[in-house]
Amino acid sequence: MSKMNVKMTVNGKEIESLSEPRTLLIHFLREDHKLKGPHIGCDTGHCGACTVDLDGKSVKSCMTFVGQANGANVTTIEGIANPDGTLHVLQEAFKEHHGLQCGFCTPGMITRAYRLLQENPSPTEKEIRYGISGNLCRCTGYQNIVKAISMAAQTLNTQEAAE
Amino acid sequence: MIPGSFDYHRPQSVSEAVGLLKDKGDEAFIVAGGHSLIPMMKLRMSTPEHLIDIQDIAEIKNISIFGSDVTIGAFVTQAEIISSEALHGICPVLREASLQIADPQIRNVGTIGGNVANGDPGNDMPAIMQALDATFVLAGEEGTREVKARDFYEAAYFTARAETEMLTLIKFTAPAAGHGSCYMKQKRKIGDYATAAAVVILTMNGTTVQNVEIALTNVADTPLYAEEANRLLIGTSLDDASIKAAVEAAKAITDPADDGRGPKDFRTHIAGVMVERAIRQAATTAS
Repeated sequence: MSKMNVKMTVNGKEIESLSEPRTLLIHFLREDHKLKGPHIGCDTGHCGACTVDLDGKSVKSCMTFVGQANGANVTTIEGIANPDGTLHVLQEAFKEHHGLQCGFCTPGMITRAYRLLQENPSPTEKEIRYGISGNLCRCTGYQNIVKAISMAAQTLNTQEAAE
Repeated sequence: MIPGSFDYHRPQSVSEAVGLLKDKGDEAFIVAGGHSLIPMMKLRMSTPEHLIDIQDIAEIKNISIFGSDVTIGAFVTQAEIISSEALHGICPVLREASLQIADPQIRNVGTIGGNVANGDPGNDMPAIMQALDATFVLAGEEGTREVKARDFYEAAYFTARAETEMLTLIKFTAPAAGHGSCYMKQKRKIGDYATAAAVVILTMNGTTVQNVEIALTNVADTPLYAEEANRLLIGTSLDDASIKAAVEAAKAITDPADDGRGPKDFRTHIAGVMVERAIRQAATTAS
């Protein structure tokens, strides 16, 4: 079984590795490139802790082989903050509204919410709940996560209107 | 969990993919979204030596509609089905059902081809394809052949597709304009496979049922086309007695497993409830 050359753009930076085809995208990111933000939760595609943005779509990186993502543009939680290092509005909102307890689901939750707000900039509470239905949180009961995403949407829309 | 080793291939055309299937024989698997296959590979219940990723094959990535003739490429994702306004306009049951499959991340990569070809009785699209009387196009080394969705499923994970063949297209004629439809799915939690589900596609002529197509998901080791239930409803005014007769006929063909979704009798009961609700809901959308 031969190794394959894998190249992708991760958080704006082009990275390249020689990988075994059976390498999952989550292992490629965490182990080969030390991006420990995306987490391995259930390892079966249910929990969404491994969610990353791949070519503008939320996907579960524990259910993606590295070859399937070859050539893709990937954003992880490490690439969500603003270029000057300040927190993204969503990250601020999670902090402000206590959208996490243990924090394990948070990278996947925020990465998913980041894409959700681009797909639907003004989601209703129901749309937020449906939109994050692929991300499990076992601490919060979701209440403050939904609130944080909703407040972030309002802030982003206000910022956009001001520009 | 780490899957077994394999060689990865990314063919650019159907003929190249079919050539690989022929060369590698039963050591090769096709991967589309991979969300059924990859978990099996992690558990080493599936150990292909060659994985054929079909994401670059342009000819299987489109939804084309000419009049009422619909062709959906095998690599069209559930998310693309949901976002196609043209498809929704003539066959709304596909968006309705896709929105009940898994979660947003999985719908972004899960394909209709994988959903219908995998043969998992829990998959939602096979019953809908049976209700639509869809045709599956299979490409093999000697060209293509067509198999009706109603003839495709043999047992759990066993279908009419040969190991050296690849599903490329799904074709069907959209139901008549003014038809009503519903996919009613009972599940334990959002994104789960059905405890039982029913699809109903209904065409009325005034107050009389002109045609109805009912099929069931996850209450046997294949999807079930409820021929007798359909026969009992056609020509009726959808009165309670006729609906009850159709529900009983649909329940009679089920043979669900006892599993985490409930005991056998419960799942048959739920199948009946889903059929009744789907008939009544479809009737509200038919004109």
